[in-house]
Amino acid sequence: MSEVDLKTLGEEYKYHFVDEVKPVFVAERGLTRRVIEAISYHKGEPEWMLKFRLRALEIFQKKPMPTWGPDLSGLDLDNLVYYVKPAETRDAKSWEEIPEEIRRTYERLGIPEAERKVLAGVGAQYDSEMVYHRVREELERQGVIFVAIEEGMKKYEDLFKEYFAKVVPPEDNKFAALNSAAWSGGSFVYIPPGVKVELPLQAYFRVNTPEFGQFERTLIIVDEGAEVHYIEGCTAPMYSTESLHTGVIEIVVKRGARSRYTTIQNWSTNMYNLVTQRALVYGDAFHEWLDGNLGSKVTMKYPSSYLLEPGARTEILSIAFAKTGQHQDTGAKIILGAPHTSGTIVSKSISKGEGRASYRGLVKVLEGARGAKANVECDALLIDPESRTDTYPYIEIEEDTAHVGHEATVSKINDEQIFYLQTRGLKEDEAAALIVRGFIEPIAKELPLEYAVELNRLIELEMEGSVG
Amino acid sequence: MNQLEIRDLWASIDGETILKGVNLVVPKGQVHALMGPNGAGKSTLGKILAGDPEYTVERGDILLDGENILELSPDERARKGLFLAFQYPVEVPGVTIANFLRMALQARLGREVGVAEFWAKVKKALELLDWDEAYLSRYLNEGFSGGEKKRNEILQLLVLEPTYAVLDETDSGLDIDALKVVARGVNAMRGPSFGALVITHYQRLLNYIVPDRVHVMMDGKVVAEGGPELALELEAKGYEWLREQVKEGA
Ligand SMILES: Nc1ncnc2c1ncn2[C@@H]1O[C@H](COP(=O)(O)OP(=O)(O)O)[C@@H](O)[C@H]1O
Ligand SMILES: [Mg+2]
Repeated sequence: MSEVDLKTLGEEYKYHFVDEVKPVFVAERGLTRRVIEAISYHKGEPEWMLKFRLRALEIFQKKPMPTWGPDLSGLDLDNLVYYVKPAETRDAKSWEEIPEEIRRTYERLGIPEAERKVLAGVGAQYDSEMVYHRVREELERQGVIFVAIEEGMKKYEDLFKEYFAKVVPPEDNKFAALNSAAWSGGSFVYIPPGVKVELPLQAYFRVNTPEFGQFERTLIIVDEGAEVHYIEGCTAPMYSTESLHTGVIEIVVKRGARSRYTTIQNWSTNMYNLVTQRALVYGDAFHEWLDGNLGSKVTMKYPSSYLLEPGARTEILSIAFAKTGQHQDTGAKIILGAPHTSGTIVSKSISKGEGRASYRGLVKVLEGARGAKANVECDALLIDPESRTDTYPYIEIEEDTAHVGHEATVSKINDEQIFYLQTRGLKEDEAAALIVRGFIEPIAKELPLEYAVELNRLIELEMEGSVG
Repeated sequence: MNQLEIRDLWASIDGETILKGVNLVVPKGQVHALMGPNGAGKSTLGKILAGDPEYTVERGDILLDGENILELSPDERARKGLFLAFQYPVEVPGVTIANFLRMALQARLGREVGVAEFWAKVKKALELLDWDEAYLSRYLNEGFSGGEKKRNEILQLLVLEPTYAVLDETDSGLDIDALKVVARGVNAMRGPSFGALVITHYQRLLNYIVPDRVHVMMDGKVVAEGGPELALELEAKGYEWLREQVKEGA
């Protein structure tokens, strides 16, 4: 099964193709009150949401651009288009209902086929709107909700209001505020108590309009004892000008529940990818972030888990691959806020050419979190002499009985390993690719098989002709 | 022509000349031993045969069945059927033996190798080496004991079936049982279409792999050659004895 969207990964970025889609509405450039009112109007939102957006806009305008991380000076926020409505149909339940040009894109990406074979449900977003959502019927009968976030807001308003912007409030950071003001699309997921969704749910994000900002917002509530695996994949065509993707992902993992959120991000290399992902994890629940960042020009993404009740656990695994012209500033954040909570961070980055990968992480143990445990491992692999990596590991411990470990390694592709593999018949670049695959294996083996296969295929593509 | 031939080979590393005119022939179908004291240049010779780019070949030729392979990359040499069992096999974390070995076999044969064909081959080799299947899902040499690493080299030898193999001190650090297993592996390869150069410091291994010829290397040169009895004589009298002999002869 190699037809899933991960196919798009690779040096020869296959999804440069521009779709021939004529949107039904395009907002004027820049983020203004007028644009926000237009977004709200087109969505037919309740009044409280418009108020929320306008409040977020003020926060966004007041907050300075973050300067502690990657260079964002190429990002011209006033020149972006903040809302593009691709079609009148919204959130169709069958692919046939979707305008043909849009449907063709997803077919090229292999989404309908993946849906039939390996997924429990699929959501597809095109520019600003979700054009498709469907979950298998037996899950629907069990009360599983998997719809566009707009539908979640209207159809399940009480549930929605209880959690929306509670995990990531607009005050959190400038880009969370931006998303709160301009959000459009994303999924609303609810898994009822005790329901275990075995196959993954997948959301697929496609950007087609140039100089555009995509601001999806996803809210996932995993009720007590329930289980879910949610996968997000992204691609965009390559334009000469920069685009922006600023998502906010909010997850609530209730007592005894298990959830996993997997991102395979493969934006074209003109994309600023600035995302806030956070999970609140309750008693004895477990949440896992699996984060793969391969494309984009700049990525700033630090999935975080707040362990709020005793026994809550989390694991954050991330892979970043930075080539020339890319800065992957990624990491993780764990707040251990209750006794016997525990968390693990494993971060692996690969820098190639003049690419730069940074690990930025925070582990914080609050006072009273007796016996809390956390471990951080970050490993960087440098392919070329001009490749770059940095680590910014922050650890704050307020509790004496807590234990936090940290380990960081930087390695280069080792000539002796290359020679050894070559003496067994592998070409030099095949040997290098195999070493890189081995390097990310501890994380790749956690991926569903077809994703792992595609990830390996990508690494091979990335490494082709890279040495010697 | 069916032989591995080394002709007047001179080689250096970091400006220091290590090999000073090595001449040596291993005909296909034979197993030869290469002995010599520590630092004689045996491992250097093995690595240069395999194409290690760390070394500079200054003079001489290496002929594989008559073809000069000096300009070939290590992987090209491997695909032509040359194999080196390393004295110190390298660890490659995250790469399972199964995965690696299948890729290597495909490279060696120049074609796709189906899972069934691969398993059949590997199973046979594992049985011969008295080795557990579980090793196949271990990462290549990672955390292996010295003995496990050596056994893994022989596993690769058996699966890849080269035409010429250089085994660099595959016996050192092994207990007698492990030694017998390694010898069993090499002896299984013996036949008219296989030639080997077994590098060893001690005579012990040669009780189990009886060589057709013995070469002795000192200070970057082959200084003596003979039948299996030469190994025994060396064992009894020591390398100093040979050094004296060589001096007197000169
Ligand atoms: N990188 C190096 N630079 C200089 N001399 C080296 C280097 N590597 C090995 N040597 C020298 O080369 C000689 C031969 O080493 P080696 O081939 O390992 O011998 P053997 O395998 O016979 O014990 C030794 O004197 C050793 O010190
Ligand atoms: Mg040696």
